[in-house]
Amino acid sequence: MNKNKKIALLGVLAALAIVLSYLESLIPPLVAIPGVKIGLANIAVMLALYKLSVKEAALISICRNLVIFLLFGGLLALLYSLAGSILSLTVMFILKKFTPFSEIGVSVAGGVTHNIAQIVVAVFTFSTPSLMLYLPVLLVSGTIAGIVIGICSGVIIKKIK
Amino acid sequence: MEKKRSTRYDILLISALLCLSLIIGLVVFLTRREGAYVVIEINGKETAKYSLSIDGEYSINGGTNILVVKDGEAYLTYADCPDKTCVKTGKIKHVGESIICLPNRVAITIKGNTEDGVDIVS
Repeated sequence: MNKNKKIALLGVLAALAIVLSYLESLIPPLVAIPGVKIGLANIAVMLALYKLSVKEAALISICRNLVIFLLFGGLLALLYSLAGSILSLTVMFILKKFTPFSEIGVSVAGGVTHNIAQIVVAVFTFSTPSLMLYLPVLLVSGTIAGIVIGICSGVIIKKIK
Repeated sequence: MEKKRSTRYDILLISALLCLSLIIGLVVFLTRREGAYVVIEINGKETAKYSLSIDGEYSINGGTNILVVKDGEAYLTYADCPDKTCVKTGKIKHVGESIICLPNRVAITIKGNTEDGVDIVS
């Protein structure tokens, strides 16, 4: 892949991540627990991770976080989001590289670690250890979201060259 | 470059995660007790504490949220933020349960009778 094509693809994927984040914010939450969401933007990050490299995936993820912050504000939300993104991308990268997990397993691990990072940040910012009570719900929701995103990403990764 | 990847490991991972959350959930469910107080924290600092046995309506954080205590349960009836997640959280009454309003950094937590005693939840 030449440099120009790579830059163009990066731009497209970053835009996709931002649009997916926005779309997701329009969906009313199913459960009234902060952190339960599908994580559509992770599709773009997964594509970058599989089709480009972890560096590009990180760029897209950070770019998405910053643009969403500039558009909708919320410094605290940025903090949660960044913590989740960084931890989940790290875990997804390691699993993709060193384990036989398919896109689904990688994405499930990403979803779950994203939620764990967020709950840890929440426990510290609120200094409320009992927030850990949400852990089982967030584990399940992260797993389900991860399966859905993993299947979607898997299909797309196979289709695009 | 297409590597053959089996989904067997994925299913293992998913089952392990679901079992883990079931176990944690069960432990939480079995050890819960009804609380005695509701504690309001803003920015991590305790600002108010109300008894669950006295019904009442309280304004939090200068009116950004409104808390109602009724029949030993606590819930929010109003929030000035757009998502209203804290209002939708519903009623809480067990020790350690909480309602969180992220935009206003308000945390409402149920505490037990043991004042400075052992907190079994944390």
